[in-house]
Amino acid sequence: MCATCGCADGARIRHQHDDGTWYSPSAHDHGAHDHGGPDEEHGTNGHDHGAHPREHGQTVTLDEKVLARNDALARQNRDWLRGRGILALNLMSSPGAGKTTLLERTAHDLGAELAIAVIEGDQETALDAGRMRAAGCHVVQVNTGTGCHLDAVMVRDALTALDPPCGSVVVIENVGNLVCPALFDLGEAHRVVLASVTEGADKPVKYPHMFRRADLVVVSKTDLLPYLDFDLARCTADLAAISPGATVLPLSARSGDGTGGWYGWLRQRVALTSAG
Amino acid sequence: MHELAIVESVVDAVTRRLPGATVTRVHLEIGALSGVVADSIRFCFDLATEGTGLEGATLEITEPAARCRCRACGAEFQPDSPIMLCRCGSADVAVLAGEELKILSVQVA
Repeated sequence: MCATCGCADGARIRHQHDDGTWYSPSAHDHGAHDHGGPDEEHGTNGHDHGAHPREHGQTVTLDEKVLARNDALARQNRDWLRGRGILALNLMSSPGAGKTTLLERTAHDLGAELAIAVIEGDQETALDAGRMRAAGCHVVQVNTGTGCHLDAVMVRDALTALDPPCGSVVVIENVGNLVCPALFDLGEAHRVVLASVTEGADKPVKYPHMFRRADLVVVSKTDLLPYLDFDLARCTADLAAISPGATVLPLSARSGDGTGGWYGWLRQRVALTSAG
Repeated sequence: MHELAIVESVVDAVTRRLPGATVTRVHLEIGALSGVVADSIRFCFDLATEGTGLEGATLEITEPAARCRCRACGAEFQPDSPIMLCRCGSADVAVLAGEELKILSVQVA
């Protein structure tokens, strides 16, 4: 069982080469062409583990964060990305909120301006990776099996396979889930959470842990507002209470309405990242 | 159900710190704002520790309440939900307690 996510068979990381062939580490030795990804962990907790008292029946004080190992690996990912001037976003939502559709539209509209690479997290299939590759992005698919979220180890391995160029944008499309991904730092610069209008305006108050740490909340599928009772003002007011620091951007990836705000946010972050 | 992942992380962290030890008691700290449900941890602890050095260990969980300080008026308060609003109406608050997710100590045989 995977030590971090508890899934039965661990994550499978696949990436597609320019000839369209899918590779996974088991079938394809990365030693033959080192992508130069983030370092293997070493001393992840930053202190010596060898000198603790081990007397019988003794209480040993650990005082250690449960997710210390994940957080240390996330810091390594963050340092690695920052060192290359790469903007990394952790994109989260419930399943079907429109993460991939937003990324397809973004790749179509900004593809000539920004190099966008994608790490696709799903329990199964490479469907989303296929969509993003068709949209012109370099993409790595991570299948988590029974796991319900991506963690820093999976992202480290995916970055090694993806080998994104300096100054690019890496979007980590997390497993569709408004609960579990909130806990796991991946090394991203910003957390972007999508809430589609078809889910109802109460999602921020029902899943506050996810929205509380968001830097940007995209309210998606606004082209459907005429057919719904979605209360955008209430949703925005709730978000202001739960996540006062977050920017809220309503948009429709289908019609394009509101995407200018998202592109502006993205461009600004890219500029700040390359400025160091 | 990320609580299973949390218990796996506890096993991983304890095994790294105390390799080969037989652990008889585990003391965790799970704050009210941590995003982790203590009852779910209790539910899956026995299952997830089976076959590890923590198998059969007694699980103790301390659950600190949420505590905030309002950046607008300076008041300290205990929020009654994860939506942390001060009585003055401000949502600009600093979390003082409740986000803990730690292994405090273990007892080894």
